[in-house]
Amino acid sequence: MPKKTTPGQDLRRGIWQENPVLVQMLGLCPALAVTNTVENSLAMGLATFFVLFCSSLLVSTFRRLIPQAVRIATYILIIATFVTVADMVLEAVVPEIHKALGAFIALIVVNCVILGRQEAFSSKNTVGRSLLDATGTGIGFVIALFLLGSIREILGYGSFLGIPLFGDSYEPWIIFILPPGGFLTIGFILLALNGWEQRKLQRTKTGTPPGGAVTREAA
Amino acid sequence: MTDIGNETAGPPTVPQPEAGAPVEPEASSSKLLLTLSTAGALAGLLIVIVYQATQPTIQAYKAMKLQEAVSEVLGAPERWDTLYVVDDRLVGEPPTGVDEGSLDTIFRGYRADGTPVGYAISGAEPGFQDIIELIFGYDSRTKSVLGMKVLTSKETPGLGDKIEKDASFVGAFVGAEVPLLGVKTGRATGAANEIDMITGATISSRTVIGIINNRLERLGPILETYVEEAP
Repeated sequence: MPKKTTPGQDLRRGIWQENPVLVQMLGLCPALAVTNTVENSLAMGLATFFVLFCSSLLVSTFRRLIPQAVRIATYILIIATFVTVADMVLEAVVPEIHKALGAFIALIVVNCVILGRQEAFSSKNTVGRSLLDATGTGIGFVIALFLLGSIREILGYGSFLGIPLFGDSYEPWIIFILPPGGFLTIGFILLALNGWEQRKLQRTKTGTPPGGAVTREAA
Repeated sequence: MTDIGNETAGPPTVPQPEAGAPVEPEASSSKLLLTLSTAGALAGLLIVIVYQATQPTIQAYKAMKLQEAVSEVLGAPERWDTLYVVDDRLVGEPPTGVDEGSLDTIFRGYRADGTPVGYAISGAEPGFQDIIELIFGYDSRTKSVLGMKVLTSKETPGLGDKIEKDASFVGAFVGAEVPLLGVKTGRATGAANEIDMITGATISSRTVIGIINNRLERLGPILETYVEEAP
């Protein structure tokens, strides 16, 4: 990572330009599996945020003590510990949501967003910068899940956070709360985002032929 | 911990290349072992602390849910006893040396005047997606179901989950005679053992009916014997 970034960039990068779900396309499994309601999306987003933040704190603090050869094993151990903590706390505090999320809380361990940030950033940067990076990425993840959850709950249940939005005459699109609905929703979101970005690119670089190579900061 | 002071420093404090040439050329095995065992011990400690802190709440919630379910399927009885199935007989106390959790447990409810209401029996079988677990109330004198409540199910939202959310399906079990018979919508003849199955959720509906029938087929004779022995 040779580039120099300001603290503000560390924080903002994960929220938008390098949004983990919408741009980097990481962590799609939880992002599609449990986002059928806003409540579930927020719980999954916040649990992931918690794990990411705590793991980044520990990994960046002890980055010089962790030998290269066992770094991945150590990261996974740290991540798994916080996932277990999050799992037990959620079960004690919000049992209904814990039941709805099921196995996907335990599967935060294998969420590539978290391990990716440890390997790419926290293991090479100071505690302060790592926490900014984790916060940005975490917020980006929560936003993406919230977006998916909102669209799917509004269309699939006709409600938002359990509050009915339309009258009794509304026939819910059940497809949106089923797995295919997750794929459809993220497909349309990505279509809209890419279209918007391409237009923005054409406007800034007038003269670039339409449909030209859209260069995006790859993760 | 000493790194916090450097956080705003411009160049990264560890100019570590992406690949190859790690800081230490070759860490010794003992260091690797030490790192992992220390991390593992600390992780274990943290998990134990959180487990100790959260477990009472989790257990209390589970017990509360079961209590609610027993009360609901027996029509809010005054009190109930816990009975254990041991060697095809019902006993009030688990035999010594046997774990309570490993035994088949049923509940017998009583009204305020001491007359028995019936039994609350739980059962589980594979449904359409995953195991459906439910509890139902049963009156052994009238041979009818008092009520049914699904405890856990992962049936399809909007279709299969009607087995717990559709009031007319759940309500149909109240007073239904056993053995239950699932019928398709519009085919009902009005017999007392018929349950209208949910359109689009035939497997889930059939599983619920099957769990109750199978559990009673096994426990029915045991319950009969117990009634005779009861004072």
